[in-house]
Amino acid sequence: MRTARQRTTVIAAVSLAVSMAASVLLLRHIDQIRPQASIEDALYINSPKMVKRASLGFDGLMACIYWTRTVQYFGHRHFEYAHTYNELAPLLEITTALDPHLLPAYQFGASFLAPKPPGGAGQPERAIHLMEYGIQNNPDDWQLYYNLGFVYYTELKDYRKAGEVFERGSRVPNAHPFMKILAAQMALHAGDFATARMLWSATYETARESNIRQNAAEHLRAIRVDEDITNLQALVTQFGERTGRLPASMAELVAAAHLRGIPVDPDGDAYKLTPEGRVLVETPDDFPFITKGLPPGYMPGPPKFHNHS
Amino acid sequence: MNARIFHIAANTFREAVRDRVLYNLIGFALLLSGAAVLVGQISIDIERLVVINLGLTAVSLFGVVIAIFIGIGLVSKEIEKRTLYTVLSRPVRRWEFIVGKFFGLAGTLVVNTFFMAIGVFGALLYVVHKFSKPDALILVALYFIILEFLVICSLALLFSSFSSPLLSAVFAFSLFVIGSFADDLRGFAGMAHGVTRWVATGAAYLVPNFSALNVISAVAHQQPMNSQLILQNTLYALFYTTMALSGAVLIFERRNLK
Repeated sequence: MRTARQRTTVIAAVSLAVSMAASVLLLRHIDQIRPQASIEDALYINSPKMVKRASLGFDGLMACIYWTRTVQYFGHRHFEYAHTYNELAPLLEITTALDPHLLPAYQFGASFLAPKPPGGAGQPERAIHLMEYGIQNNPDDWQLYYNLGFVYYTELKDYRKAGEVFERGSRVPNAHPFMKILAAQMALHAGDFATARMLWSATYETARESNIRQNAAEHLRAIRVDEDITNLQALVTQFGERTGRLPASMAELVAAAHLRGIPVDPDGDAYKLTPEGRVLVETPDDFPFITKGLPPGYMPGPPKFHNHS
Repeated sequence: MNARIFHIAANTFREAVRDRVLYNLIGFALLLSGAAVLVGQISIDIERLVVINLGLTAVSLFGVVIAIFIGIGLVSKEIEKRTLYTVLSRPVRRWEFIVGKFFGLAGTLVVNTFFMAIGVFGALLYVVHKFSKPDALILVALYFIILEFLVICSLALLFSSFSSPLLSAVFAFSLFVIGSFADDLRGFAGMAHGVTRWVATGAAYLVPNFSALNVISAVAHQQPMNSQLILQNTLYALFYTTMALSGAVLIFERRNLK
């Protein structure tokens, strides 16, 4: 009797383990053969009003769930180096309709939506729409004005609008004093490296999230590289005008321009000078946001973040 | 409270806390509060919000489930087991039986809420490391959740006084869902015309308004609570509960128990 029961226990335990392993393996295969779009790009209910009603009054929790889903969606697409983010804007619209006071959804959402792919969805207009909705619902939060002005400045290069938004934000009670300075800076020196450095430094100093601080630090590194390349390229031009030829090497340029040594990027690697007179960075992949010093035909990889203390 | 009501309430409470299902439900609610910590980690900048939203929603929903599933059996089970006849053969009035059952169930839910609230505050402390003054607003949300339970308990008892447990559960749960849409119903009434408007307005005021008792999202954002809202929600819940209990007493007094 006891042996029979033991045998049943062993068979049931083995059957359980085998079935579980088989089902997990099968599911992995099913995931591989299913079209990816059906898993990622499916937004079963795309009406914010509908989702709000279906939440039975627990809209705060639903907003948290939708925000988490948005972060996961963006993270997954970003990791895959995707160039389309079809569901990002609807997800953010549902999230903020469910909870119009969920500030991270505006602040991070705009930074997901606005940048060009693969860094973001390349939808600065929808980012602006999102931020305006956020300001409408949270008029006393100066950071939302800052984020909106940032989108105008970085993505649309609309310095007049950026200045207007920073100015509006500077009038909010308890606004950070740099909002007034930024508004003034937009009017006078909007395209300067100094202004860009000031904006990203402000982001670095006021952000609480480590990802945002890292992103700001990477942009600050990129600004330094862009500024270095611009200055070196100007020296190459001056050299050409003076001598009628291009410098043969970086060492010759350094000597002619009376520089202290071979100029290096923030990682300590020397800038390169091509025979065509172009100044390039040694490892462009280490500076995901630079716009200058890139080799011809260079295709950027996914952003790499460095540790900044 | 008269002694007979107190004894019935105490017995109802004792019976409810012996139910294993109750502990499972509380366990699930505590598990969800704990899971909120993990959800916060896979998202960005909402750790505190998700703990409060998920924790209080779990307290509310599991409490409603407990209220309905215990409430619907309070009268019918006594009839089925024929224990009701023993009780009513003693000097106990039918209304005392109903009121005693209500207080017993309400007491059970208050104690459950207390334990589930400990779970929510524990998860919150894990995330924020130190409580701040606005966190005390969570107590207001919990108080409103208890008011919600009182209304649900009375409704479950009302349906239980004339219907089978299954139908009572369906009625009570449907009223919970409709009550959550009470504001929409009022909005619909405002847009309608003629008889439809009157019917919709009547229905909107007759169903319990649970949306007024749900301040979870506001509390999560540390929005201050108006003392008038607290007072008026308390009075509303007490009047609604009294109304439903009176209905239950009226039906049960006239019910043929043979």
